[in-house]
Amino acid sequence: MTFDEGQGYVVLATLLTPLVAMTLLVFVPGYQKTLVRWISLVAGAVMLGLSTYIFVAYQVESGGDFSPIQMQLRWDWVENTAFLGDNGIQLHLGVDGISATMALLTGVVAFAGTLASIKLDYRTKDFFILFWALVGGCFGTFFALDLFFFFFFYELAVVPLYLLIGIWGSTRKEYGAMKLTLMLVGGSVLIWIGIFAVFHEAGLGTFNLVALWEAGQNGALSPTFQKTFFPFFVIGCGVLAALWPFHTWSPDGHMSAPTAVSMVHAGVLMKLGAFGIIRLGIQLLPEGAEFWMPGLMVLGTIGAVYGSIAALTQRDFKLISGYSSVSHMGYVLMGLATMSAIGITGAVLQMFSHGVMTALVFLMIGAIYDQAHTRDLRDFGGITKVMPMWVVFYTIAGLANVGLPGLSGFTAEFHIFVGTFQTYPLFGGLAILAAAIAAAYMLRLFSMVFFGPTNPRWSSLHDLTPMERMSGALLLGAIVIMGVWWAPFVDRIGDTVELLPRVAS
Amino acid sequence: MRDYTIFIPEFIAAGAAIGIIALELFVPRIRKDVLAYLTFAVAVVWGVASLFYIGKDPNSFQGVIQVDNFTTFFRLLSAGTVAVTALMSAHYLRDRTATASEYYGLLLIAGCGAVYMAAARELMTAYISLEVLTFCLYILVGYVKRETIGSEASLKYILLGAFSSATLLYGISLIYGITGSTFYDEIAAALAERASGTDPAVIVGLMLILAGVGFKVSAAPFHMWAPDAYEGAPLPITAFLSTLSKAAGFALFLRLFAGAFNTDAVEWRWAVALLAAVTMVLGNLIAIQQTNMKRLIAYSSIGQVGYMLVVIAAMGYGDAEVGKNASSALLLHLVGYVISTLALFTALTAYYNKTGDDSIAGLRGMAETQPFLALVITVSLFSFAGLPFFAGFATKLFMFQSATSDDLLWLVGLAVVNSFISLYYYLMVMRQMYMFDPRPGLARFRVSPVLWVLGAGLLAGVLFIGVYPGPLFEGAERAAGPLFELGADVEAGRLTGGPEHVSTP
Repeated sequence: MTFDEGQGYVVLATLLTPLVAMTLLVFVPGYQKTLVRWISLVAGAVMLGLSTYIFVAYQVESGGDFSPIQMQLRWDWVENTAFLGDNGIQLHLGVDGISATMALLTGVVAFAGTLASIKLDYRTKDFFILFWALVGGCFGTFFALDLFFFFFFYELAVVPLYLLIGIWGSTRKEYGAMKLTLMLVGGSVLIWIGIFAVFHEAGLGTFNLVALWEAGQNGALSPTFQKTFFPFFVIGCGVLAALWPFHTWSPDGHMSAPTAVSMVHAGVLMKLGAFGIIRLGIQLLPEGAEFWMPGLMVLGTIGAVYGSIAALTQRDFKLISGYSSVSHMGYVLMGLATMSAIGITGAVLQMFSHGVMTALVFLMIGAIYDQAHTRDLRDFGGITKVMPMWVVFYTIAGLANVGLPGLSGFTAEFHIFVGTFQTYPLFGGLAILAAAIAAAYMLRLFSMVFFGPTNPRWSSLHDLTPMERMSGALLLGAIVIMGVWWAPFVDRIGDTVELLPRVAS
Repeated sequence: MRDYTIFIPEFIAAGAAIGIIALELFVPRIRKDVLAYLTFAVAVVWGVASLFYIGKDPNSFQGVIQVDNFTTFFRLLSAGTVAVTALMSAHYLRDRTATASEYYGLLLIAGCGAVYMAAARELMTAYISLEVLTFCLYILVGYVKRETIGSEASLKYILLGAFSSATLLYGISLIYGITGSTFYDEIAAALAERASGTDPAVIVGLMLILAGVGFKVSAAPFHMWAPDAYEGAPLPITAFLSTLSKAAGFALFLRLFAGAFNTDAVEWRWAVALLAAVTMVLGNLIAIQQTNMKRLIAYSSIGQVGYMLVVIAAMGYGDAEVGKNASSALLLHLVGYVISTLALFTALTAYYNKTGDDSIAGLRGMAETQPFLALVITVSLFSFAGLPFFAGFATKLFMFQSATSDDLLWLVGLAVVNSFISLYYYLMVMRQMYMFDPRPGLARFRVSPVLWVLGAGLLAGVLFIGVYPGPLFEGAERAAGPLFELGADVEAGRLTGGPEHVSTP
């Protein structure tokens, strides 16, 4: 294992940027809104730059010595105290192909979210403090190679949501916020119990994930133990990944959340759940994963089909996207459940693809809701004439959602379907069905909103603001790049996925 | 050997207590907040004086009182709590009473009682120390005579307290009857070698002691006095009740169960586990229904006691190694809990000084009238709930991790579920503060500088323990060390005859 201290500091800097921005904002007086916005813009841009650097600098396999975990940095935190042995808890950061991709996603979506909420005027300072806590939690979870810090950041990402939704949200915001928080924290209860059990059973006296992964493979964690505790981690993380039947917070939460929070939440936070399943499920408890994966396949498929059917009947923009997220996260879980290299690669691609595309959709929904103050599809019609730019962005995002070739959704879903057909052909068929339904609900939305006679009530709507255009263009760029030139993504993810334990190549 | 030097810190504290009472006698018109600052200064001297005992060889006074790292730990905790409580009371008491010297004097003496609960190695000494603490508290709870609710609370506390003391004494007498000694190490030796027919008496004795001490730390079902006493007491005394009073109870628990009863763990460990389970479930469930902030904290702190009792149970189920690790984690958790609670009460006191309202609904809109206090309350409640960045996350994780064993995983799981339940009612408080507008007529106001600095300092403490618990954890481990060395003495068979033997030159 090679240590590259210099690059490790890049990872650290990426993690610290949102946390430093958060701390700075605490000391800025609340009425200095311009300063608050500038700090946030700079922080967002720096994060985008750093996370792009991490993605680009990640070394793909080129023969010879390849280690999937790169850019590591280790600092001792607590060790040799009470039950903690050598390397008890370390701030151990690093990226593999999967987390490099996820870091890029976080950077893109966080910056887009900053741009989108720059006009926010109600308690701006408080909003950005919580927003950066959320983003910091996401980065931390992706980078952490220590179980303690993994969970630390995982929890950090969940908690600010309560206030973010409760204060700045809309439509039954208190209900949505409370339901979302309780369900997500309820999920982490299971993870918490699982962590205690794993630490105790492994008996290594360290929370180092790399060492614990080793224990998972060399038999220190017995097969029976792995089979018992795999569900703890998968259901715990699965709640966040909208695993059916624990997805019910997702439509309500998304409906209530303010634009930028929806973007980061659907775009990045739900991916933390799937990422947790890879880290704590597949990598930590491979035998348990092998045993339980058919079950996850069933639940994932139900989620994919159920989500798209439910989206077909909704009339609220955000509910459609909420259910479509459930459906797409269902694909992710199906991809993971194949336990094959191509399927898991597809799942990670889908995590990225769904992240940017759903962020774009929520951005567009926010742009129209801010002016129209309604999200009911039936109120609209003929919007193409008044907001042409808006329609273009929404259409592309929607088509990526459906899986149109040339956009990111196609790349991801193609990999997942191939993986699923190789392992569980029947479920592969159902997944295609869900994709077909996705086309139906998206086209239904297009026809109801974009076309038809223009309601005079909407003649005064103005098109996207420059900030929204920049934000949208950023996300759109990511969607298109992944659609036409997916090699950099597939290389990075594939190299790491092939080395996962018990994954068929 | 009679070494009176080991008492010097308490000579300072108790001497100053008498001095303060005399001061008001001779200078009746002295400003009452000056007395508070005087008490603060004394407590600081007391804390500094106890620092000189760190790392010295354990020194005992005829085997009844031992000053070792464990005692020093609780000396610092006592001095700190008394100092903070005194500052908190300055304004509060000046507005409500004509005389205040007894209040501050009793506060210092209560602190001394708490220290000797930790230092006692003999049952009668432990009992007397405990009574010193509780007698002071009986008076302090009803100190503000103008409020009838305070007198009612005090009376209820005295009656139930007397009952629990009787229980405790009866238990002690049974144990004395079986073992023929009140010294912890002799009890340990005698319990290990006792005749087989003595089981019932030993069990009854242990249960009565458990109930007696359980009453003092307000473990369910012996918690009935707590909500009323908390509600009726002056706010700073409520803080004292829920911090030092409980911490001292756990000091007694640790010394007693690690030193005297560890050889007979089979007889009591199941009861402690059960007590822990009942306490945490009951405390947290009843807390949900509360409308008064003090009562909410009373029940929430009952829940906290349940988590801490898990450690005592773990001591019974594991060997000395487990016991030592778990007690270190408990000591760390106690510090985090005490600091968080004091921060919470500092903020509540500052708010109460302004509004005179201690209901939960009375906190509404605090984010606008006093954002700093709202922040302090948020941080301390999140710390109780065990969310990252705040003390509770790391300390609770360590505490539960160290208690995890095959026998106790269920209890640890239950504790985690309970800390999830607690998040719900903490969020309800948060909701009042952040999501509602303030009551009409309550504009933004300033906090007195003393309370502001105090709140900020405690806030920094909560964050420090949450982010970098290492140094304190090491300190806690050194403090927990002497607890289990006593057991080693007994095994080595070095003990023969009279009380003189245990003293080390």
